[in-house]
Amino acid sequence: MSLTATDVKKIAYLARLGIAEQDIEHYAQDLSGILDLMTQMGQLDTQGVQPMSHPLDQTQRLRPDQVTETDQRGNFQLIAPQTEAGLYLVPKVIE
Amino acid sequence: MHKLSLSELAAGLRAKQFSSVELTQHYLQRIARRPELNAYITVTGERALAQAAAADAALAKGEAGPLTGIPLAHKDIFCTEGVKTSCGSKMLDNFIAPYNATVVEKLDAARMVTLGKLNMDEFAMGSSNETSHYGPVLNPWAPDCVPGGSSGGSAAAVAAGLAPIATGTDTGGSIRQPAALCGITGLKPTYGRVSRWGMIAYASSLDQGGPMARSAADAALLLQAMAGFDPKDSTSADLPVPDYGETLQNSLQGLKIGLPEQFFSADLDSGIASVIEAAVNEYRQLGASVQTVSLPSLELAIPAYYVIASAECSSNLSRFDGVRFGYRCQNPQDLTDLYVRSRGEAFGAEVKRRILMGTYALSAGYYDAYYLKAQQVRRLISNDFRQALAQVDVLMGPVTPAPAFRLGEKTGDPVQMYLSDIYTIAVNLAGLPAMSIPAGFSGGKPVGLHLIGGYFAEQYLLQIAHQYQQATGWHQQFPADYAG
Amino acid sequence: MHTQWEAVIGLEIHTQLATQSKIFSGAATAYGAEPNTQACAVDLGLPGVLPVLNQEAVRMAVTFGLAIDAEIAPQSVFARKNYFYPDLPKGYQISQYELPIVGKGHLDIEVDGQSKRIGVTRAHLEEDAGKSLHEDFHGLSGIDLNRAGTPLLEIVSDPDLRSAKEAVAYMRKLHELVRYLEICDGNMQEGSFRCDANVSVRPKGQAEYGTRVEIKNINSFKFVEKAINHEIERHIDVLESGGKIVQETRLYDANKDETRSMRSKEEANDYRYFPDPDLLPVVVTEELKQQILATLPELPEAKKQRFAAQYGLDAETAATLTSSRELADYYENLVKLSGCEAKLCGNWVCGDLLGALNKAGLEISQCPVQSERLAGLLKRIADNTISGKIGKQVFDKLWNSTLSADEIIEQEGLVQITDTAAIEAIIDAIIAANPGQVEQYRAGKDKVFGFFVGQAMKQTQGKANPDEVNKILRAKLSN
Repeated sequence: MSLTATDVKKIAYLARLGIAEQDIEHYAQDLSGILDLMTQMGQLDTQGVQPMSHPLDQTQRLRPDQVTETDQRGNFQLIAPQTEAGLYLVPKVIE
Repeated sequence: MHKLSLSELAAGLRAKQFSSVELTQHYLQRIARRPELNAYITVTGERALAQAAAADAALAKGEAGPLTGIPLAHKDIFCTEGVKTSCGSKMLDNFIAPYNATVVEKLDAARMVTLGKLNMDEFAMGSSNETSHYGPVLNPWAPDCVPGGSSGGSAAAVAAGLAPIATGTDTGGSIRQPAALCGITGLKPTYGRVSRWGMIAYASSLDQGGPMARSAADAALLLQAMAGFDPKDSTSADLPVPDYGETLQNSLQGLKIGLPEQFFSADLDSGIASVIEAAVNEYRQLGASVQTVSLPSLELAIPAYYVIASAECSSNLSRFDGVRFGYRCQNPQDLTDLYVRSRGEAFGAEVKRRILMGTYALSAGYYDAYYLKAQQVRRLISNDFRQALAQVDVLMGPVTPAPAFRLGEKTGDPVQMYLSDIYTIAVNLAGLPAMSIPAGFSGGKPVGLHLIGGYFAEQYLLQIAHQYQQATGWHQQFPADYAG
Repeated sequence: MHTQWEAVIGLEIHTQLATQSKIFSGAATAYGAEPNTQACAVDLGLPGVLPVLNQEAVRMAVTFGLAIDAEIAPQSVFARKNYFYPDLPKGYQISQYELPIVGKGHLDIEVDGQSKRIGVTRAHLEEDAGKSLHEDFHGLSGIDLNRAGTPLLEIVSDPDLRSAKEAVAYMRKLHELVRYLEICDGNMQEGSFRCDANVSVRPKGQAEYGTRVEIKNINSFKFVEKAINHEIERHIDVLESGGKIVQETRLYDANKDETRSMRSKEEANDYRYFPDPDLLPVVVTEELKQQILATLPELPEAKKQRFAAQYGLDAETAATLTSSRELADYYENLVKLSGCEAKLCGNWVCGDLLGALNKAGLEISQCPVQSERLAGLLKRIADNTISGKIGKQVFDKLWNSTLSADEIIEQEGLVQITDTAAIEAIIDAIIAANPGQVEQYRAGKDKVFGFFVGQAMKQTQGKANPDEVNKILRAKLSN
């Protein structure tokens, strides 16, 4: 199986991942190679096999409904690229 | 001092042969003298000396625990409050973590001294430490070779005596493979044994933190302090932590060793094969019996792993978007431009490959063929291990198909790089504990022996490793260039 | 509605669950805090953080499921819905996809006196997103993540609704229910109860559905009706002029009363759902289900039936009184505290009290006349201290003060005159002053009687006991 440059561009956009135009072909080749590797799984019959999402057969633990966190906005926004009036700033959001 | 074990260091501190400050200074000087190794991303000298002084005060008051005042370094994937936590990426080059990882918190509470943050493959994606934004780490045994990855900085630092012990993380072999290539002892605990809180996620269902040490006894001491239930991690195991030191001295008489036939294929380096054979013979001497077992689905572990890990990472790394922390591109034109350029400019090629691969594997129309299939293969692999470990106590084999390869040798071919993870990856899919211990050399480069145990059998694995290390001296070898 | 077309509507209702802390973190959920002061490291999606599920959110979801007679999944799974948006800090929303906690259930609605059963496809737990603020910050938008991580129960209906009116009836019924269950405060201005509508139109009699359009975030009953009606009209116009409906997401603009296409959420619909590896399967045991079932409050329908039977109320009054749990509680409290006849209490609540609330635009929970104070008034009517008519004056004063009914009656001197001698004296004076009218009455003009009553009430400022006045007048005039 092989991926085309168009496929790579589409996936890159879904992942919001900038890739230089001149590198696209290279990524398409690399990904096609990896995809060939992955496609090997097709040879194994897995009919009826229960998919495994977690290594241990545990179930979700529940937390009591208590407020345990205090305001740390100042601390958290020290590492933010751009803030004002306590808000994170981003280029205009259009709905 | 840098050749002493943790218990020797602890004894020295108690006997006032040296203070924690002196010990810390010794390591800080060694780190400063050997910058070419590139093992550290950040050295926290001042903080370390302050911690050491506090540890000395505790020692003086007789309040010392087994690790008080002993220096260590963290893989730069663990969040350290007030200290840069880069995860080996340009994306987080400016990220000062506002909180501590649980592991860091626990080791701070044990009054260990943090020397700094260790180099690693970017976001732990790599098997050679060559994907780091901060450049490759050299192998102390062979400076033209890689130290392995992703915990390459941790392995190199411990091997070269730039830290007595270090933390690492293992998603597909990232503790064991560099431990093997650098000739140290690495332990990947059972999934859920060590908290993942504050450990920057690569593939959440596979990631697990563990110790990287000069011996099994040292690893046991660090694991004791790292392990345990954490209510902040839903996948953390709510089980008591046994005393890992308690059984180290017990005999291995009657131990049943299984050798998975798939671990000994024609692709295995002959030098490594003979080291493993010698090690297994050593175990026979110690009273163990040996039989062959089979892991029939092993071959498909690599594709299954790369689908699952890529899928999880593609989602885990979406939070790096230039909005709340981390790298933001200059003058974004609009929202999409902000995302696309911030991520495009700050992630390296291997991270991008895996994000793309994972995005593709999860996208509409491909989910069943890749992700779901991989989860099914994962079940089969896990069943293979269960069956094998029902017949024997421990599985043994090589950690890597070949010793440390040269820098740049495999960077051009990601598939070749992935294939070298064949022996380690399946263990993460199953979530089992496993170790790499030094067992000899091939062509002058260290070779690791792989020990794989049942769920939560860390205590047993450490005993099996320790008994071997008592009988042989491989773990005491020191790279000549760094001995002084 | 044009006769040849039929609308098919399904609603997705997002209810914010009334927990103290967020669904996956220990940050507070209180509304109206300063921006980003209730967004902790988990809510911000900082590197290395992990989610842990709030047990109260699970309990509330199960409560809802049991109340609509739904299947409760013994195991449900959280999945990640991946997309990039600045109000979504992690780049994915934790939601439930293949295995929701609440499965198929139903809700009965009433429209034009007809009862109709509406299927509920599923209800699943998920986390809310933050908010983008569109005031201009030098051409940039501001992001407030306080709301990020607030627990939501998304309730998805079957496409069983056939008109905007039915949709509103369903939405009201659900609104009433979640407040009854005390799992959501129902505050629509604050966004605690929000609705997305899927609307399509097909020729009557056709089995297949038409192309559907999703209308996002409609935050009042009125707008739901208007938005759906507008969308139905738009579909019919397009279809009748030979056009095609495009499957898309639209936003309702209340100011213009129209829907418009949403560009931003349209471009990429590939959410790449997969089970969240940071969370494990959620198990609801039979034991937990039974526990919750035992604490389930009386539901609106059952309460309505009980009110009619226990208090002898007509169906309409019973329905009005049980339209919210607070109102029903108010009524039952009133009956108990006043010791008055249940019907009298019902009339007062449905009449004067609800009238005043409506006029003031207040909810029962904000009512200035607590049930204790109204009970004080009804007691005085029952024991004839004041007349019903004076009672209405006292009610107005109760509404505008904090005094008790007794204090008002005392201060204003409203105690009813029941002293026969005093009333007789007043009536004698009226008879003496109006010989003409006396003559007319005695000549058989019965209507004049009303004039005398009016005079008597006027001179006593309404305080004379009307029964006494009637009795004495009849006696004196017939002399």
